[in-house]
Amino acid sequence: MKTIKPLLREPRVVIAGGFLLLLLLIAIFAPYIAPKDPLEQDLMLGNMPPVTSPGAEPGYYLGTDDLGRDVLSRVLYGSRIALTVAFVAASLSAVIGTLMGLAAGWYGGWADRIISRLVDIWMAFPPVLLSVLLVAVLGSGLHSVIAAIVIIDWTRFCRVVRAETMAQARLDYVMAAETIGFSRSHILWREILPNVAPVLIAVVSLEMGIAVIVEAILSFVGLSLSSDIPTWGGMIAQGRQMIHQGWWVFVFPLIALFATVLAFNQLGNGLRKALDPVMRR
Amino acid sequence: MTQSLVAIEGLSAISTRDGGAPVLRDVSLTLEKGEVRGLVGESGAGKSTIAKALLGILPSTVKVTGGFIRFEGRDLLAMPRRELSDLMGREITLIPQDPQTALNPARRIEAQLTDGLRLKLGMGKAAAHERALQLLDEVQIRNPERVLAAYPHELSGGMRQRILIASAFALNPKLVVADEPTTALDVTVQKEILRLIRRMQEAHGTAVIFVTHDLGVVAKICDRVTLLYAGKVIEDGATAGMLTAPKHIYTSALIAAGPRYDRPNAGLEPVPEAVFRQLRAEIGIAERRV
Repeated sequence: MKTIKPLLREPRVVIAGGFLLLLLLIAIFAPYIAPKDPLEQDLMLGNMPPVTSPGAEPGYYLGTDDLGRDVLSRVLYGSRIALTVAFVAASLSAVIGTLMGLAAGWYGGWADRIISRLVDIWMAFPPVLLSVLLVAVLGSGLHSVIAAIVIIDWTRFCRVVRAETMAQARLDYVMAAETIGFSRSHILWREILPNVAPVLIAVVSLEMGIAVIVEAILSFVGLSLSSDIPTWGGMIAQGRQMIHQGWWVFVFPLIALFATVLAFNQLGNGLRKALDPVMRR
Repeated sequence: MTQSLVAIEGLSAISTRDGGAPVLRDVSLTLEKGEVRGLVGESGAGKSTIAKALLGILPSTVKVTGGFIRFEGRDLLAMPRRELSDLMGREITLIPQDPQTALNPARRIEAQLTDGLRLKLGMGKAAAHERALQLLDEVQIRNPERVLAAYPHELSGGMRQRILIASAFALNPKLVVADEPTTALDVTVQKEILRLIRRMQEAHGTAVIFVTHDLGVVAKICDRVTLLYAGKVIEDGATAGMLTAPKHIYTSALIAAGPRYDRPNAGLEPVPEAVFRQLRAEIGIAERRV
């Protein structure tokens, strides 16, 4: 594929993409990598500091929480929920938002008016409060978290895809395709969509970062998953209460969260930069 | 009397967006088989509207209020959608204006050049590939195999315009609408492209409607010219006669506005406001308020 090469020349894509790939492998193989069972409690070993500090318990590299659970194993396992939410929620909102955006941008008229008004109304809600509200209504759990993100964030894709579709529709190649006698829908799927794709891919990546954050927020306020499934947001909430006894319970999931979101953002920006000139020089 | 290839009769249209402002006023013109006809005018004169009407792609903001466009005697404006789209791309094709944007950046040249062959003639992949090679050879592109495998951004503007010309003539159409095909090119490439269009047109016996604002281009390529202003035909006739002995004052003013390479001190005179006043009076447009 000719489009791969310029991607590899973009350092942000390589570094952020590499990190995320590693994270994906960690998530998949967590049971084999994690040194301990993330749920196993040992009250005799509560609040053990990381190995760098005096008094650390051998084998617990990042220390333990107040219930004696291994922080490293819990951080590793936390990537599973984070990435699941990132991929599923971003893909679903991308599909819904893209379909709406293509319809609005290409067919215009009533379709555009209805969809655009809908987006305007949607955007008027504060997203975090809306997601908390949605999960409260839908009930906690992974499905609800994903549903809440999709319900809120499809508008992001809709707006970008609509604008890009309209810009593409004005170009001569679309007129040329019309004069050959291709149908409207053929032109949309075969001519325009491939040109909207680079922007779309970049936004998907950014959206994954946002999904990770939203999931962490919902876990933090206790609305995501039951507390025995390790999530970064849940760990941060738990560590916050005992920040003075053990900073490590709080800091390590925060670093994981921070690095992951940063990687998704950098990947998105890098992809946008790397894909654009190829497609439209 | 033999039938003209295209006969536009009393075509009038309004813009639905500008409060019903006329876009075309009672335009009539004919085009014979194998003829090159220039459509000349400033922007907004209606030349592109005529071109779009011929291609069946009038925007929804333009409404035809009267007249006919007959193509081989059949009324294009009253034709059922299906019949029209069968005609388009087979008998009537387009050379677009801007080679930068007229090729889809995400598709290889081969796919774009063979679109029409495969859709309209039902050609298989191998046959279409062969025909595409032939066509590229016809428009003097070297390394045709390499060009077919390329994406548009890997090719120069002149190269892309050649591909668009090859694509327009691919199905031996009866009419090619060239929408300012040289405006976006630099002067040396422009000349080659004009020559190429002329050669292709002669070889295929195709009639060409050549939309342009450049009388210099008209002089090089067109047999006949139609000059438009504000949607109205101002003058119409054989190119040589019209450029050497213009009948209308606007035509002479336009000629004077062009560069004169034979007399460097003459030319480039702006069209006097008096000429526009007379034009507006003739057409019956209210005085422009500045």
